[in-house]
Amino acid sequence: MSTYDEAIKKYDPVLGLETHVELSTNSKMFCGCSTEFGAEPNTQTCPTCLGLPGSLPVANAIGIESTIRIGLALNCSIAAYSRFARKNYFYPDMPKDFQTSQYDEPLCSNGYLDVLVDTEDGAKPFRVEIERVHLEEDTGKLTHAGGATGRIHGADYSLVDYNRAGIPLVEIVTKPVPDTGEYAPLVAKAYVTELRDLLRGLNVSDVRMEEGSLRCDVNLSLTPKGSKTWGTRTETKNVNSLRSVERAIRSEIERQSLELDKGNKIKQETRHFQEDTGTTRSGRSKEVAEEYRYFPEPDLVPIAPDKAWIEKLKKDLPEQPSIRRTRLAKEWNFTDLEMRDVATLGGVDLIADTIAQGTSPASARKWWAGELSGHASKAGVELIDLKITPTDITRIDALVNEGKLTDKLARQVIEAVLSGEGNPDEVIKKRNLSVVSDDSALIPAIEAAIAANPDAAAKIREGKVQVVGVIVGAVMKTTGGSADAAKVRELVLKTLGQ
Amino acid sequence: MSRITREEVANLARLARLDLAESELDEYAQQLEIILESVAKVSEVSTKDVKPMSHATGLVNIFREDITKESLKREEILRSAPATEDDRFRVPRILDEE
Amino acid sequence: MSDLTKLSALELSSELTKGSVSAVEVTKAHLDRIESLDKTVQSFLHVDKTGAIKQAEEVDKNRKEKKKVSSLAGVPLALKDVLTQKGVPTTCGSKILEGWIPPYDSTVVKNLKNAGIVILGKTNMDEFAMGSSTENSAYFPTKNPWDLTKIPGGSSGGSSAAVSAFFAPLAIGTDTGGSIRQPAAVTGIVGAKPSYGGVSRFGLVAFASSLDQAGPFARTVLDCAMLHEVMAGHDPLDSTSINQPVPDVVSAAKLQDVKGMKIGIIKELGGKGWQTGVLNRFNESVELLKSMGAQVKEISIPHSLYALATYYLIAPSEASSNLARFDGMRYGLRVDDGNLSAEEVMNKTREKGFGKEVKRRIMIGTYALSSGYYEAYYAQAQKVRALIAQDLTNAFKEVDVLISPTSPTTAWGLGERVNDPMAMYLADLATLPPSLAGIPAMSVPIGLADEDQLPVGLQIVAPFMNDDRMYRVGGAIEASLKSKWNGLLIDQVPALGGGK
Repeated sequence: MSTYDEAIKKYDPVLGLETHVELSTNSKMFCGCSTEFGAEPNTQTCPTCLGLPGSLPVANAIGIESTIRIGLALNCSIAAYSRFARKNYFYPDMPKDFQTSQYDEPLCSNGYLDVLVDTEDGAKPFRVEIERVHLEEDTGKLTHAGGATGRIHGADYSLVDYNRAGIPLVEIVTKPVPDTGEYAPLVAKAYVTELRDLLRGLNVSDVRMEEGSLRCDVNLSLTPKGSKTWGTRTETKNVNSLRSVERAIRSEIERQSLELDKGNKIKQETRHFQEDTGTTRSGRSKEVAEEYRYFPEPDLVPIAPDKAWIEKLKKDLPEQPSIRRTRLAKEWNFTDLEMRDVATLGGVDLIADTIAQGTSPASARKWWAGELSGHASKAGVELIDLKITPTDITRIDALVNEGKLTDKLARQVIEAVLSGEGNPDEVIKKRNLSVVSDDSALIPAIEAAIAANPDAAAKIREGKVQVVGVIVGAVMKTTGGSADAAKVRELVLKTLGQ
Repeated sequence: MSRITREEVANLARLARLDLAESELDEYAQQLEIILESVAKVSEVSTKDVKPMSHATGLVNIFREDITKESLKREEILRSAPATEDDRFRVPRILDEE
Repeated sequence: MSDLTKLSALELSSELTKGSVSAVEVTKAHLDRIESLDKTVQSFLHVDKTGAIKQAEEVDKNRKEKKKVSSLAGVPLALKDVLTQKGVPTTCGSKILEGWIPPYDSTVVKNLKNAGIVILGKTNMDEFAMGSSTENSAYFPTKNPWDLTKIPGGSSGGSSAAVSAFFAPLAIGTDTGGSIRQPAAVTGIVGAKPSYGGVSRFGLVAFASSLDQAGPFARTVLDCAMLHEVMAGHDPLDSTSINQPVPDVVSAAKLQDVKGMKIGIIKELGGKGWQTGVLNRFNESVELLKSMGAQVKEISIPHSLYALATYYLIAPSEASSNLARFDGMRYGLRVDDGNLSAEEVMNKTREKGFGKEVKRRIMIGTYALSSGYYEAYYAQAQKVRALIAQDLTNAFKEVDVLISPTSPTTAWGLGERVNDPMAMYLADLATLPPSLAGIPAMSVPIGLADEDQLPVGLQIVAPFMNDDRMYRVGGAIEASLKSKWNGLLIDQVPALGGGK
């Protein structure tokens, strides 16, 4: 039995997730600086986001609105009266050495998100309760120099770029989630996946984990079976992908169980997830509770959202992703499992787009969840990052249906489009990738193949047509797969008198 | 009655990033004590059902539109920096991970 | 043209508009006086000679080209070194910002520039506005022009001294707990704290965010009102800025009449422990107001007895957070021998760069906001603050304005209270309640104390966004006293270094 199985037999995991979402507003949360990604360092700052003496913040209306919409989509109550608070601590990436955030008066609280996890007994539902959704600002970005690894340990000094400072962040904190048992890692992953889709549907963020617009910290504690007291929990940071969410929870369950088995206490600390090993390592000890000295932000006035406005925002919410998926699965004739796969890959919208342009659902799924997901996985990116569009796929699929491309050729076209050689038609023209089905063009290749395979040819002439594949294969090879296989077979048999 | 010990002063100094000398701790403790004695007077007031007055104006919902404005030129902000490298602020090595 | 530096802003404005004198001449006259006499007063930290003349030249050019210019265009002004002016050093009276040159203008400075007011330089102050004597400046103390062995008040002592020494007819200070009104009182000039939110705080280096307000100093009530009008107004860059028209303080200052006004004497501010000479002058001004047709009665502001404790919890708490940004990472002082960690650099920089009073207040604030103490200290103080504000609101149901002496004493000796923080804090007794409530208040000179022949000020307090009311009363008192003294009180200030 694996360490994990052993652990789950003895302990009940209680998990919690803290997610930070970078909003895709045009300007920063408290000033008009651009939020555009990838700008030259320190070219998107002003007195306010740099915290220069005398500067003051003014709240971004869309930042507030997006936070409320997220809260509504997560079934939260919206505060009648909410305030910003200062979270005071010193760190070089913090221009003011306090973060403008929210404390005891968050904009949204007490919601939930339902997720489904695939088990051997079918799909199991889990409800993840949401403690709060609040609004705060991001810090500057640190790079560490002089050390061997580029990480903070062993660095001689650090460099700060404040372009990111002041970008609005929405923090979503779950309540502790007990009763997930062996499915804890999957529940965590499903929660983040579902949350990501929900946020994407709301159009409030790019939600790219690799880019940092969706950040996840996972909390885990173990309760010995039968005990009523929850164990000490650890917080794990640097969880940068859906897969890492699952692995981090799994790894912590294993680690903590081994410690507890030995009779050791679990240290309350922040740990770091390590991609390469799939395990967590110790970070900073949280024994001494952080003294943040929260107090209401005097430079910003309270937010008292108008009830009618909240009602309108609620009414205008897009369809819940899970409901939308159920509806679409029915329309598209996907099984629940197939649809969940598509969702995990982040492909629902891509497929919907492809179908809207005329491709059949089955084909759309074949291309996106099959061929392209393989490419994405290999390149270590998400489906949505691939440099190929639903329009491209629709075109390729149409050409296959028309017999102008074989599946093999289509895959070559896809590869070429992904490497930036152009759109499908351009690629086909440049590389001369059409299906050869013109008889006269095929005859020389067929004759050459027959000549090169006399034994097989002889057998076919005798009526043993089963070996025709050998000749066809040879023709396909010489034509680089661009021949219409069915046509080749027909011609070969005809030539050999069958 | 001692409201604030030497150790507490050292703790406050640490929280506030003030490198007070050992020899100064007693002097500050004394002064802070006198001040705290005086400000503790607020506890004499009955404030049941009173809402704290964190904002003097009574204003709510002051927002700005989500439009971009010109940022400061990088040159202007790095000019005042104690140290820079690669167009960034250069800061000493950080021990405490955040 | 007789000594330009003796003219009021109104008089200078008139001469400038007539064209009998140029802005450059006016500016040069004041710069010359500063150069020869400020060494005795030490009101300026930085004199921006080149910049001021350039501004004056611009004004003259605009006037010549018949472009529309504001009435105060070309009038010189001294600016407290806590407001940012692009390209000009701003130290806030601290070593931690020595040499820092802001890359942006505060809104107040933008307003001054739009009005063509010539900024002569940055004035001395208690470090980060914490103090009542300007002795907490990390650079040097400022002297009171009335007696160079006395303090000029604080924290805006430099600005107040500059005006009372005739280095500028106008100055700007900031008032968090009395830091405009108290210096004005002890230097015999006019100083006003506008309604909180009336003047933009964008570019005002924050001490206590919920209390700070920039305000005008001048030698006459009308000059003060004119400057107030230029400074004030809604600012979209300041979330706490009031979006209402500026109260008509200029018209009110000109009224010179208080007939039928109901005036309340704050009962708790006066009596035992207050300097006799101060109380004598105060009582005389009460009689004066009555003789002008005002109804005067006593009003109690019961919770004002807790104003000191309340203020010295709220202000340091906000300050401890506002001053955290001074960590040696992005601007200002950095103490680093090359081997230190970031944390150590922050610790050593702040230890070296901040003075004792600043450190005391940072620690008090850190204490009051800590978990375990927050409820009993900070939160409780904010509640008592609400009660003080309530007392004042109730008082205004019965009277139009409230009055008290501005300060319990006249100017005390340099060095007298530096080692006794509490004694220093007591200077603010009268000025604190209006600060905590966010309501406007001003000080006007009402005479000299018999014991020491030093100036005494009258504090006038008005309801929120009714700043005009205090100017009405101030203007009336000034007019009446002017005829009694045959001039302003400030005309009696001793000559600096011989020769007026």
